[in-house]
Amino acid sequence: MLEALGLTSVDQLFEDIPPALRATRLDLPEPEPELHLAARLSALAARNLTDLASFLGAGVYRHWSPPAVDQMLLRGEWYTAYTPYQPEISQGTLQSIYEYESLLAELVGLDVVSASHYEGAAATAEAALMTCRATRRDRVLVSRAVHPHYRETLRTYFGGDLELEEVPLVGDGDAAGTTDLAALERLLGDTARPVAGVIAAQPNFLGLLEPMPAIGELAHAAGALFVAVVEPVSLAVLAPPGEYGADIAAGEGQPLGIAPQYGGPYLGILACTDALVRQIPGRLVGLTTDLDGQRAFVMTMRAREQDIRRDKAASNICTNQALLALAASVYLATIGPHGLRDVASLGAARASELEQALAAVGVPRVHTGPYLNEFAVRVPDAPAVHRRLLDRGVLAGLVLAEAEPDDPSLADGLLVCATEVTTAEEIALFADALGEVLGGRPPTAVEAGAGSDRRIAAGGVR
Amino acid sequence: MSVPTDLRYTKDHEWVRVDGDEATVGITAYAADQLGDIVFVELPDTGRTVDQFAAFGVVESVKAVSDLFAPVSGEVIEGNAALAGSPELVNTSPYDDGWMVRVRVAEPAQLDDLLDADAYDALIAAG
Repeated sequence: MLEALGLTSVDQLFEDIPPALRATRLDLPEPEPELHLAARLSALAARNLTDLASFLGAGVYRHWSPPAVDQMLLRGEWYTAYTPYQPEISQGTLQSIYEYESLLAELVGLDVVSASHYEGAAATAEAALMTCRATRRDRVLVSRAVHPHYRETLRTYFGGDLELEEVPLVGDGDAAGTTDLAALERLLGDTARPVAGVIAAQPNFLGLLEPMPAIGELAHAAGALFVAVVEPVSLAVLAPPGEYGADIAAGEGQPLGIAPQYGGPYLGILACTDALVRQIPGRLVGLTTDLDGQRAFVMTMRAREQDIRRDKAASNICTNQALLALAASVYLATIGPHGLRDVASLGAARASELEQALAAVGVPRVHTGPYLNEFAVRVPDAPAVHRRLLDRGVLAGLVLAEAEPDDPSLADGLLVCATEVTTAEEIALFADALGEVLGGRPPTAVEAGAGSDRRIAAGGVR
Repeated sequence: MSVPTDLRYTKDHEWVRVDGDEATVGITAYAADQLGDIVFVELPDTGRTVDQFAAFGVVESVKAVSDLFAPVSGEVIEGNAALAGSPELVNTSPYDDGWMVRVRVAEPAQLDDLLDADAYDALIAAG
């Protein structure tokens, strides 16, 4: 083959790669028997903290997942199946995606749901691009209360000709921490630079509930589309996007029976109204009948995908998070609508108990507006308090200064959440430990040493 | 099968019928045949300006999605509303009921840039 190419060595095929970037030998130890290796890896994994009382949310939420989810996922037919390229042969795969799409359509109250995307941030970015294509405008407004990671992903996608602008939040009063509607209206009013889409989250990153219908009205009045970033479990008790005029919904499907893991793999939810069905990226599974009149699932609108439409396609995506979408479907089917309502309500109740317990040790909320199951509290020197609570077995949520360094109102903030798996004991542990830490007891030498050695893991339930 | 001789054609298989300063545009039977069953046609809004040889819409079949290219420049007067409910008209009646847009012609001289029936027939024959 080298001869046919007129080359003398395989190395010549890699000449375009700069020498400094070419692979060299990996510095690995000698091979070991499997038992020794397994023990070594287990010891490494054991350095993770997995039994903390966790109050961490910030876009990823711990929920109890019925064993049926894992049992289904581990089946070989699902576990190793790749995205079908002659899809109609894989009727089972298509049916599972169709059922996922149907369940999510019911949950978000919109007409069309894609087969799923990489995760919430990617889905949100795709939603933003949809608004630009559909309106033929190139400016998108995103609330500062949308998750900072999502906004960062949006910035990555919005290189080149597209413009992304952040809408500020209300500074004080009962609406503090939510999207500033007056500012939004001003930004929309610049007729020289018409807006394609407005993006807001419900609940928002700080856990607060936003005036979504009002945001939608302002967007539509300016001819822009409205994108709602949603948390799926909350939709059991909050009005879904379809009910308040959202054109597109995006979100993270992890809370639907998928463990926090270590940042992934997750599940990008994307849904839209029927009017936008030709703009939505991702795969779509539809239902029809075959020549013999039998029910048949098909991958539909295929001609719009990137392998056929190429540079004119809505996106480069050509697959989905099939296994995670299946997990979400099994979760929803097993928990059911009443169960999901219980999950959301219990979480809200626990969060309320948490708020009271923390207030009782002198730590109030930063904001006063309504929240569902997540909120910010203020403590002096939050990073240090967070570390000292970790030493006492409590993962006290997220240090907001690290997530939002440019917002002085959030300095010394901790974003904490509770779900249906949070126990009264854990809440008591948190409050007691916090009271101790704030009471000024200096850490012992043992505590200080142990704290620096550990790594944080998102505590899983299973 | 020869194409209508009273029309002009683009290399991308659009046809145009001129009546005064109004032009009616569609795609040829050859194009519709190649595409297969048409399921959706995306047309520009009334009032939008289209430029000669630039994309002004999209035609979608079960196996492909293709851009539509304007034979002449001008302002869109009307899109064929019937295509929304009956896109198959493009297959059954490509030169009549399957028309796509009517445009107010900005530069009549642009018609000279187009192919006549013989030239278009030759183009298709060449494959």
